[in-house]
Amino acid sequence: MALTGLFLCLFLVGHLLGNLQLIAIPGVEGKRAFNEYAHFMTTNPLVKILSYLTYISVLFHAIDGVLITIHNKKSRPVKYVYKNPHNNIPWYSRSMAVLGSLILIFIVLHMSHFWWKMKHSSIPMPVHKEFIAKPQMSPYGGIQDTLVSYYYTTKGDYVPADEVKVDYSNKKPEFYVNYQKYDENYKASGTEMKIGEGYKDLHSLVCAFFGQDKMKEAGIAANSNALVAVIIYVLSMMVLGFHLMHGFSSAFQSLGINHRKYNKLIKVVGKAFAIIVPTLFAIIPIVIYLTR
Amino acid sequence: MKLTLKVWRQKNSDDKGKIETYNVDNISEHMSFLEMMDVLNEQLIAEGKEPVAFDHDCREGICGMCSMFINGEPHGPGKGITTCQLHMRSFNDGDTIYIEPFRSRGFPVIKDLIVDRSAFDRIQQAGGYISINTSGNTIDANATPIPKDDADKAFDAATCIGCGACVATCKNSSAMLFISAKVSQLALLPQGKVEAKERVLAMVEQMDKEGFGNCSNTGACEVECPKGISLENIARLNREFLDASITSDK
Amino acid sequence: MSKELNSKVPTGQLKDLWTAHKDHIGLVNPANRRNIDIIVVGTGLAGGSASASLAEMGYNVKAFCFQDSPRRAHSIAAQGGINAAKNYQNDGDSVYRLFYDTEKGGDYRSREENTYRLAEVSANIIDQCVAQGVPFAREYGGLLDNRSFGGVQVSRTFYAKGQTGQQLLLGAYSAMNRQIAKGKITMYNRHEMLELVVVDGKARGIIARNLVTGKLERHSAHAVVLGTGGYGNVFFLSTNAMGSNASAAWRAHKKGAYFANPCYTQIHPTCIPRSGDYQSKLTLMSESLRNDGRIWVPKNMEDAVAIREGRLKPTDIKPEDRDYYLERRYPAFGNLVPRDVASRAAKERCDAGYGVNKTGEAVYLDFSSAIMRYGKEQANLHHEYDASDDRIRELGEKIVEAKYGNLFQMYEKIVDQNPYKTPMMIYPAVHYTMGGLWVDYNLMTTIDGCYCIGEANFSDHGANRLGASALMQGLADGYFVLPYTIGDYLQHEIRTGKISTETPEFDEAEKNVKERLEFFINNKGTKSVDHFHRLLGKIMWDNVGMARNEAGLKEAIVEIKRIREEFYKDVFVPGEMNEMNPELEKATRVADFMELAELFAVDALHRTESCGGHFREESQTEEGEALRDDKNFAYVAAWEWTGNPGEAVLHKEKLEFKGIELKQRSYK
Repeated sequence: MALTGLFLCLFLVGHLLGNLQLIAIPGVEGKRAFNEYAHFMTTNPLVKILSYLTYISVLFHAIDGVLITIHNKKSRPVKYVYKNPHNNIPWYSRSMAVLGSLILIFIVLHMSHFWWKMKHSSIPMPVHKEFIAKPQMSPYGGIQDTLVSYYYTTKGDYVPADEVKVDYSNKKPEFYVNYQKYDENYKASGTEMKIGEGYKDLHSLVCAFFGQDKMKEAGIAANSNALVAVIIYVLSMMVLGFHLMHGFSSAFQSLGINHRKYNKLIKVVGKAFAIIVPTLFAIIPIVIYLTR
Repeated sequence: MKLTLKVWRQKNSDDKGKIETYNVDNISEHMSFLEMMDVLNEQLIAEGKEPVAFDHDCREGICGMCSMFINGEPHGPGKGITTCQLHMRSFNDGDTIYIEPFRSRGFPVIKDLIVDRSAFDRIQQAGGYISINTSGNTIDANATPIPKDDADKAFDAATCIGCGACVATCKNSSAMLFISAKVSQLALLPQGKVEAKERVLAMVEQMDKEGFGNCSNTGACEVECPKGISLENIARLNREFLDASITSDK
Repeated sequence: MSKELNSKVPTGQLKDLWTAHKDHIGLVNPANRRNIDIIVVGTGLAGGSASASLAEMGYNVKAFCFQDSPRRAHSIAAQGGINAAKNYQNDGDSVYRLFYDTEKGGDYRSREENTYRLAEVSANIIDQCVAQGVPFAREYGGLLDNRSFGGVQVSRTFYAKGQTGQQLLLGAYSAMNRQIAKGKITMYNRHEMLELVVVDGKARGIIARNLVTGKLERHSAHAVVLGTGGYGNVFFLSTNAMGSNASAAWRAHKKGAYFANPCYTQIHPTCIPRSGDYQSKLTLMSESLRNDGRIWVPKNMEDAVAIREGRLKPTDIKPEDRDYYLERRYPAFGNLVPRDVASRAAKERCDAGYGVNKTGEAVYLDFSSAIMRYGKEQANLHHEYDASDDRIRELGEKIVEAKYGNLFQMYEKIVDQNPYKTPMMIYPAVHYTMGGLWVDYNLMTTIDGCYCIGEANFSDHGANRLGASALMQGLADGYFVLPYTIGDYLQHEIRTGKISTETPEFDEAEKNVKERLEFFINNKGTKSVDHFHRLLGKIMWDNVGMARNEAGLKEAIVEIKRIREEFYKDVFVPGEMNEMNPELEKATRVADFMELAELFAVDALHRTESCGGHFREESQTEEGEALRDDKNFAYVAAWEWTGNPGEAVLHKEKLEFKGIELKQRSYK
């Protein structure tokens, strides 16, 4: 429990740093950074290994937790008629199994909201698009900046959105152009050529999920239950906070790391971690809700 | 003062048992809790009823025999005391007091408030000793200096009275504090280091066999321990156990 | 039937006796030990250490205790420490000096060869216990710390904070556990010995009751060892545990073991006083408190009455209105006079009507002078030369807390008064019994094959035990004496073979026990066992307690008989025989106390001298101090059972002293 727990704490930190890009960097740079990050996280082989480690940790942590809880319940076949543990230990220390189960439910929900769509969804994810001001001839004469939408490719260049076709058959957005358009003599018309890959637009997905449709996220229908989603996420983070409030320092104790000199430090760091990390997580949907 | 007592009555280990209600009067605040139980029993005997069976012996907080779960806490309200050191001034006139036996799979009830704690003995027998004969030909007591700090810590761990309050209060009815006290005492002393690995593995194995739960570090045991045995000892037990599991030949 | 006393003390130089004895004593070879069973009753320091040692040697040990675990024996409650002639402090200590102090402390009423042996093996005990993992107090250099205890002139007491007994007992318990795991000790927890079985004059087994099921069990062995502690609970209130009892020893006595010096009782001066009639036991406060506390009662009777009635507080009494009676009577030793002297002086003041609590049985132990003295010292050290009284008090309280913090805390828990602010109340209480079954140099009673060790026997402390000597004796007997000496008897048992429990002697013994138990269950009287135990305790305390006289003792003997008769007539024991029945357990124990009490009083009556814990008002110096009569009473009084405690026959073991000169004690 302790080892998986601490590993998951590390995971939380990584996850949080990534997520903070959602709100930390304003404008399109933020969107770009976040989607690039999301892309990196889903494709890098090293990250892949880490992510499998994380899945295994979550599973092990959960299964071990369930088994231990069952064993512990069995250790007291006849319950007390009157038990008064309140002045002994905080409620959350006694409720790790309940808190853990809630977190597990949250993880399933959370993954179905984003992770599933990102990885396996049959519904094509929106593709990272940016609007770039481009000087164009005005119908009324003169040159005028017009916003044109471009796909941003993994190579860092832009392809005009209305000139390419997005193909999702390889579970990633690939851009194709019709040859006819470019070189009529060379290829038979109708032949398509891949000219790059795009980023899935997780950023917009998230913003649409939590937002109030203020910005009309590209290509995604607004979530009419955004407020409910925000509340669920915030509550879940509170649950996580209480789980960590006990879990963090408990993990050290289980590993035998207990020394008069450092106990206070571990306790303080643990409490700080349990408050700061979930709070920052919880701020993200709130900010999105208020701003998007 | 006047009190209403809700006492667990159970004829023997086969009986199902239930809570019975008794009223006692004229309880002095200077009485110890056990003396209040004496008064109740005198009253029951005078009524021709069977007195409540409960464990007690030294009545000065050191033998570890008394074992009641009073108003939801082992040894009742108050910290750092056993039931015999609990005095009635901790209660108010008219109070209702719940008195139950310690509950754990490892502590089956024998009668009323008396439980069988022989599991603790068996755990100690699994390895809670240093293998040395009483020949009188051991080396001189001062031949091996021991840092005072280690000796003091070993002593603090060794003050465990084996009452079982840690198990009784633990939501998992875990016996880790009890085992850790002995493992710590002997692991801290050079004399005990020789067998430290086998000891910790054997004692933990026996603990699991006895049906106690796992430690989830809630710290309730430390709070309720009449002798204030520290959680530090559980950490040391964990350390010793990890080390032994990884490096021992067994 | 009557047996002459043969102490079997070897002849020779005192300091070589034990070594020579060990060299020439009979042995059992290791292969034969496997075929020999030994029953050990009691698992305290003596019984526990004996069980472990005998099992290590290869004997099959069956150990019995009435508690739920051997770790709970009342040895665990000993606070102070254990003496050993190690001379680690280089203050001139030696085996002889420890022997001398013990013998003199016992007012020259113990067998000097036993006492010398005790001093001799004391050093081994410390080595042994340290090797076992007993965490004695240490100095910063990592070596063992010592303190001075009980007014002796050297620091020879080893200790583990205020829990020395606990640590030593847990050491013995761990040694037992090792043998239990090996199968060499079979442990019978929650079993009480109710009868000794004697076959052809030899102890061959016991009848024990399984306290959980109530069933009677027969256990046979080639030898029976009793390590069952003292009989202080004959006074009902004592510092003994609630379950401490004399039944095993008394049963042996009734089967032929002589009971020696039953009247030698130690009354400890610093216990927490009784607060009411419901009181079930008394708690000891360590004697070390007298190093800094001043003992007093009000000088004026009106003040004492006002305090008892709650109209005055002790702090209201002006210094000149206080009677520091120990300092007044014993200017040289003051508050540090020996236990028996301090106890009697407290009783004298309270009997005269100056007691300070509701029951009138308490005196003050006041730390305010010490607090101010230490505070002044600290203030000077801190260069606070014009510190206020409050500041001085604050500094002083810190020093007192460092020295006695845990004791003050214990007092506050029990009495709910803050001893830093208001004086403690203390009163003497029965603490230890020096008397017990008579044993020879090999620790064997007058029944062949029945041994007695620890507090249960009479041998080492004479008429008064020095502080920190009880633990020493228990462990010496169990670890280092009995395991050798028992071989002398068992060498003749190697051809005996397994002893059957299906013999007429076992039938008879079990039948007797059963009848006794059935009697109590069927008696259907009207009063509880405790009722009679309280009555017995009161007469014992009033007439056979700290100070005794002929008229009072005679009255006590009559009273004890009367209470005993009433007890058998009117006691009510609820419940059944074949189940767990704590009231039935109490009944059998109190029944034995009822008989022992009478022998106790008879012994006190016959010994017209004062010695150690036994103070006869008829035998005192002009200043009211104990006066020994060496000419007529330098003997051990060993009583033989003849069917009635009042008609016990006296056998005398003359005490001769070669290693020490007899002196009258004086503390003026």
